[in-house]
Amino acid sequence: MSTREDSIARTGWLVGRWWIPAAAVAMCAALLLGAMVGPAGPTWWRVPLALLDRLPLISLDSGISPREWTIIWQIRMPRVVLAALVGATLSLSGACYQGVFRNPLVDPYLLGVAAGAGLGATVVFTVNRSGSSSWIVDPLPLVAFAGGLIAVAVTYLVGTAFGGQRSAATLVLAGVAVTSLATAMQTFVLQRNTEVIRQVYSWILGRLSSATWSDVRLVLPYVILSCGVLFAHRRLLDVMRVGDDEAAALGASVKRIRIAVVIAATLGTSAVVAVSGLIGFVGIIVPHAVRLLVGASYRLILPLSFLLGASFLIVADIPGRILQNPSETPIGVVTAFLGAPFFLLLLRTRQGTR
Amino acid sequence: MSFKSIRQIRGVSRRTFLAVGASVLLFAACGTSDQSAVNTVADTVAEASTDTAVPEVSTNKIVSLSATATEMLYAIGAGDQLIAVDKYSNFPAQANAFEPKIDGYEPSVEAIAALEPTTVLIAFDPGSLQSQLEKLGIAVWVGAAATNFDDSYRQITELGELTGKTTEAEALVSSMKSEIETAVSSLEIPEAPVNYFYELDDTFYSVTSNTFIGQVLSLFKMENIADTAEAGNDYPQLSQEFIISANPKLVFLADTKCCAQTAKTVATRPGWDKIDAVTNGNVVELDDDVASRWGPRVVDLVKQVAGAITAYMSKLK
Repeated sequence: MSTREDSIARTGWLVGRWWIPAAAVAMCAALLLGAMVGPAGPTWWRVPLALLDRLPLISLDSGISPREWTIIWQIRMPRVVLAALVGATLSLSGACYQGVFRNPLVDPYLLGVAAGAGLGATVVFTVNRSGSSSWIVDPLPLVAFAGGLIAVAVTYLVGTAFGGQRSAATLVLAGVAVTSLATAMQTFVLQRNTEVIRQVYSWILGRLSSATWSDVRLVLPYVILSCGVLFAHRRLLDVMRVGDDEAAALGASVKRIRIAVVIAATLGTSAVVAVSGLIGFVGIIVPHAVRLLVGASYRLILPLSFLLGASFLIVADIPGRILQNPSETPIGVVTAFLGAPFFLLLLRTRQGTR
Repeated sequence: MSFKSIRQIRGVSRRTFLAVGASVLLFAACGTSDQSAVNTVADTVAEASTDTAVPEVSTNKIVSLSATATEMLYAIGAGDQLIAVDKYSNFPAQANAFEPKIDGYEPSVEAIAALEPTTVLIAFDPGSLQSQLEKLGIAVWVGAAATNFDDSYRQITELGELTGKTTEAEALVSSMKSEIETAVSSLEIPEAPVNYFYELDDTFYSVTSNTFIGQVLSLFKMENIADTAEAGNDYPQLSQEFIISANPKLVFLADTKCCAQTAKTVATRPGWDKIDAVTNGNVVELDDDVASRWGPRVVDLVKQVAGAITAYMSKLK
């Protein structure tokens, strides 16, 4: 590792005391912006007033009708909050995966979560989706969640069984194999049930537009648990940066760290994928953007990925709402469309300054 | 090292998704509209407020996200209660006057709410659309894709009740029934069942007799070559070898709009010149939209099929 990177990491940590509050402010601003912009509802500046009005001890005349309030609270807020949770979880998981695998191309879907969840969702769509509308619990997120977990479990079992000394690389390859297998099964199921292709396709592109508070309640416990465990590993991830053998020599239990991070990240990723579909790009772009900004220390990368991931997805969801009004643009399209040029720009700027 | 191969493999799976997606979009694009609209939305709404006898009817403001439901509403004279339609609602011509049209697969709940409708008609729920709209106090009517004629008649009756046009709805249902009855009974139905191939798109997706359109064709005691193709799948993809060896006497093209297929293009496909339907000129060009909806225009479809069978019989003599 070059001394330049070390010094960036060190100065990054010093400046970092300001980065975290700044990112938190950015996230609050994004939350507010997300609540204000939409194809319907009241004038934008009334929304913060209305939200303040709902706080205890504050009474304001925001001048919005009950119907407008329902639009904000029942339609817009759940999707903004869900976007925050999904964005935060995906980019935090992405950062942690990149840490434990020491591989910059890794994203949260690496070990088969996406393909497993996709297969689960496809199966639910084909088994008479309309028949389940009266069920107490919607089977779609549950089966997608289970599918994601099962796929990663298979990857892990296969990867560690054949892994031997090079367990990280083998695990990645096992993930590729499981992903291909699950995708093939999904394609086969789809091919036999072509009438649901449109719905499955729409799910694959990611969806925040149908978010409700019950979706938020459904993922919140998993997100808290997963992010809690991942944050607890931030120092150990810094140790892992030096390599498996060196980290072991420093007293870190490499295997235990890797399995804990993989389980926690998978749990969070599966949960958010189950309610929002496959939103690509967030898990890979946000952590890298953060690295370019603040250096390589996970003590800073993790909280910043969490906060900026949330902000990014909230903001990315806004064009989807208003671009094709009265229809929606899928969020997955917007994240890639906004994310790719932004990332290239960032890459270029940072290289220019070095 | 392995990064390149990882990227390649993952790229492939992504591409598969995209390929599937692209073909879906092709399916969806089958509903291209003929722009001959005269009325404006304002006109339509203005009519709605004047022309009704029952007072509560005039307060109906309906958003239709189902092309079939839109056709049904116009057919029972309730078209003036519509305030917005989805982008596949292209018939009758008045339905094209609504701008902008909503994407029924990716609808924006907020934008629909902003139109302040009383009822939203959907053919399926892309997410939690129904519950989200109901939270806003907007009624939702679901008219899922019909699997038989009774489904279609029931939906027309329900829409009649919803819009206060019960008499018109009853009249429509009975006229549909009698017209279909006449079209079938006036026909000299061939002794031996005639086999046919129904083409959904130019990759040879087809339908079995269990589907709505399959039942329409079954009225004429024909034999669907797709029925034996794949157990448990009502929309099987047939291979060209299978189609050519089955040698259908009639071919129905439901991909004239989406995929620009005609009797002529079918005749140029390699090997298809050996199929009886092609050599005898019994390739029938259907309107994709009519063939994929379960509304009042199913009568036109029945008549067109009846005409095709008459033509087939006359060529036999």
